[in-house]
Amino acid sequence: MNFWNDPLKVAAEWLEGVFVGWGMNEIASHVLVVFLGVFLLVLILMVIDIFLVWIERKVVARFQDRIGPNRLGPFGLVQPFADIIKLIIKEDTTPDGADKVVYNLAPVLSMMSVLMVWAVVPIAPVMLSVDLNVGALFLIATGAIGTLSIIMAGWSSNNKFALIGGFRQVAIMVAFEVPMLATLMIPTIFSGSMNMNAIITAQDGLWFFVLSPLGALIFLIAAIAELGRAPFDLAEGESELVAGYSTEYSGMKFGMFYAGELLHALTFGGIWSILFFGGYRFFGLEQVSPFLAILIFLAKALLGYWVIMWVKYTMLRIRIDQMLVFNWVFLTPLAFALMLVTALMNALLKDASPWLYGLGMFLSNVVVGWIAIEIARSVSRKEREKVEGVHQVAEAHH
Amino acid sequence: MNEWLYVLLFMVVGAIIPIGAIAAGFIFGPKKPNPVKRETYECGIEPVGEAWVQFKAQYYIFALVFLVFDVEAVFLFPWAVKLGALGIYAVVEGIIFVSILVVGLIYAWRKGMLEWV
Repeated sequence: MNFWNDPLKVAAEWLEGVFVGWGMNEIASHVLVVFLGVFLLVLILMVIDIFLVWIERKVVARFQDRIGPNRLGPFGLVQPFADIIKLIIKEDTTPDGADKVVYNLAPVLSMMSVLMVWAVVPIAPVMLSVDLNVGALFLIATGAIGTLSIIMAGWSSNNKFALIGGFRQVAIMVAFEVPMLATLMIPTIFSGSMNMNAIITAQDGLWFFVLSPLGALIFLIAAIAELGRAPFDLAEGESELVAGYSTEYSGMKFGMFYAGELLHALTFGGIWSILFFGGYRFFGLEQVSPFLAILIFLAKALLGYWVIMWVKYTMLRIRIDQMLVFNWVFLTPLAFALMLVTALMNALLKDASPWLYGLGMFLSNVVVGWIAIEIARSVSRKEREKVEGVHQVAEAHH
Repeated sequence: MNEWLYVLLFMVVGAIIPIGAIAAGFIFGPKKPNPVKRETYECGIEPVGEAWVQFKAQYYIFALVFLVFDVEAVFLFPWAVKLGALGIYAVVEGIIFVSILVVGLIYAWRKGMLEWV
């Protein structure tokens, strides 16, 4: 046992020894060390969050054939710090008639819901904050706090744009939570546990992405909708809703919503990688050192984040009615059908060899996806014929 | 220490950080309110009427449909965890359980509740 293999435990024991040496009670020193550990993790997350602003701006610039921030410091790396200073020295206005308590609580809850998710995220084999046996449900529960913060912000601002934006965003978030729940069950079925670490350990042989590519895709779509990012960014819209639920917020309160959204995107990238891409695992490299495992996990999370950005900056927005119909009529039944097919195949192939098991799962995913796309295609063809038929009649009259 | 105490700790620390940031903004920012600045934003014109207006019932229906599936998840997660041990019988039960709830979704759909009007 040395620092290289288990840095957290070594550091914690050393610190506890120091505190006890100062004449502190043993339980008090333990609590203090745990508190410091949690504080350190959250602080590191906030620093990563600051650099996410830079990453996001650089990547969107490249997508749009621009250069992006490049004036402050090397490659514009100091830019986000300048942004933070700007946000801090802005006046923090509260509109008349706003419900002050709810109004001030909303940005705090928004950030807190994201930071709480990291309580169950294992970042290395020996580094996980809480080994909850209901990790998957915990994700959904913290997501509900985020939903709550948005409706609180929209309702308490005493602003029509904020109210409409908030309601829209909440309608999207609760709608897409259903397919997300259904696809969260797929890794649970494979690993037989809701524990995040157990889900990663179960991906020893094959990533769950190979077993359930369709499940990973549905989870990604639902995650993007939960984030309120394009193509599902209906809560915002300069020409119709101003800035949605955050219209009345200024200064650091707005900054908390903004930073919360960015960190949320990285968090979903991380969760996506845990559920379907093996988390901190990468061909045994994670056994070398926890430090390497953290780097692997961060790289995978950033890759997931990049995919979310890629979708955001290349897709068009879709209307809210199209989006809700897409969810309730297409995505939700598809997710549940996939979940039940996975459960059925799991029971049928339980005693088969790993290769047959993997092949059966992969093929069942392909078949379910193909059937769903065929049904969607035939329905949309009928719809198109209906509309185009009307057009042809109109043209004949002309 | 109990695992849920760690979660509580995360909750406390997760609240301290944004509160600290907002407090910093409160300390360093200027405070020069005036009636026009404190007015509700409505594209520059004076706001018309109350903001807490009556809202579309559509969202209420969506919330109801969501609730059905959310409660369903609570029952389905334990089922998914123990699926390996329970075998094919449990799978059939799960299919029946989900299809009962899907009937509710189809009912809402047929009634035209999912259409945006």
